[in-house]
Amino acid sequence: MFRNQYDTDVTTWSPAGRLFQVEYAMEAVKQGSAAIGLRSKTHVVLACVNKASSELSSHQKKIFKVDDHIGVAIAGLTADGRVLSRYMRNECINYSFTYESPLPVGRLVVQLADKAQVCTQRSWKRPYGVGLLVVGLDELGAHLYYNCPSGNYFEYQAFAIGSRSQAAKTYLERRFENFTDSSREDLIKDALISVRETLQGEKLKSSICTVAVVGIGEAFHILDQETVQQLIDAFEIVGEDEPPVPEVGDAEADQAEAAAPAAEEGAAPMDI
Amino acid sequence: MTKQQANWSPYDNNGGSCVAIAGADYCVIAADTRMSTGYNILTREYSKITKLADKCMMASSGFQADVKALQKLLAARHLIYQHQHNKQMSCPAMAQLLSNTLYYKRFFPYYSFNVLGGLDSEGKGCVYTYDAVGSYERVGYSSQGSGSTLIMPFLDNQLKSPSPLLLPAQDAVTPLSESEAVDLVKTVFASATERDIYTGDKLEIVVVNAEGIRSEYMDLRKD
Repeated sequence: MFRNQYDTDVTTWSPAGRLFQVEYAMEAVKQGSAAIGLRSKTHVVLACVNKASSELSSHQKKIFKVDDHIGVAIAGLTADGRVLSRYMRNECINYSFTYESPLPVGRLVVQLADKAQVCTQRSWKRPYGVGLLVVGLDELGAHLYYNCPSGNYFEYQAFAIGSRSQAAKTYLERRFENFTDSSREDLIKDALISVRETLQGEKLKSSICTVAVVGIGEAFHILDQETVQQLIDAFEIVGEDEPPVPEVGDAEADQAEAAAPAAEEGAAPMDI
Repeated sequence: MTKQQANWSPYDNNGGSCVAIAGADYCVIAADTRMSTGYNILTREYSKITKLADKCMMASSGFQADVKALQKLLAARHLIYQHQHNKQMSCPAMAQLLSNTLYYKRFFPYYSFNVLGGLDSEGKGCVYTYDAVGSYERVGYSSQGSGSTLIMPFLDNQLKSPSPLLLPAQDAVTPLSESEAVDLVKTVFASATERDIYTGDKLEIVVVNAEGIRSEYMDLRKD
């Protein structure tokens, strides 16, 4: 009722103690296409739905490699997501340069959150309109975090953001207790099934989804389209034991992203 | 009134020699592994060669602290490039980057004498040679460091690169086979070790070709 009076700028509180501009920014995340993350003790998987705005255009890039041990999936204003990915990459490079060791993902997430908070307390700025699922490794193992436009962040066992993410969340809620001890292949399978849930009937194909993995002993990389299609075909076969999943191909990716653009039907990566 | 002299220098010379030779489809980069200061040896097993990109190696002699800083900087810049372009930097691109990086510190230079070696975008061997402030040139072969005055004339004698001013334009690449180039490098270092006190201990040879990168070592005189 009073929403329209107190939502003009981010530095105005509502009588109920809310910042509507920040909440509107979180709405933007809900409008973006789905992104899902799940983790086990040793691996984290990101999967997202890649919708092109038309048949003529290339797909939006939603998963970014930040460092060998950190990756991020975004939902919402992808331009904001790109800018934040660039910030994250820079932070990782600078930290490695100074300390000759990888930036712990927990630290990066806090830095991101603080950066987002600044935009909620300056009259000349607006909040970032993107939610980030940050995955990474540190000495304690694998982690999955969700960063909000509000400046909040949470760690998750599994999470989904974006449009129709509730369907994926329902599936994940049923299964998450098993994830800690899941194998890498089962984790990827669960990720793909979650993506399928968000598609609500539409056929799951590797051309509309992207999958990325990071794990202990495995650098962050995006799986190429053929591998993803094989994985989809493998679990779509009803009533059969899981056929041997071709996993060696992805593990040897040279510097990760070289394979992915080539496989995306020659589409140019719409990056920085 | 005598001119005031500095009581301290930010630089030191850790000695050593570097060589690179380009072939039709390979490149040989070599450096000794002795690190010294003054008349003392700091270590006999220090590598002066680093991998900057998939097909691009750099060997640097001079002040190793500056060399290390330069290597770190270039590695970080390469990471940024990979994030932005989704591919590795080519050797010519890295060559330009190194030149710009060195000139950036024109008025407090990196005391680093570099040779870059690798394969260019067509897969042919390339060698780039630098001075401390970034002046560079693509050549068929080069040497830098304390033994370069001994090594370079010998390489000229064996490999004489055609002048870039000649017409018709000739390749900057030497007509040597990979194993001949490696043997030449070994010979050259054995000779330099004899007369240059800062060169010796061990020779590290790195060969870059289409199959990848391989390393080889050879003992040198330890005196």
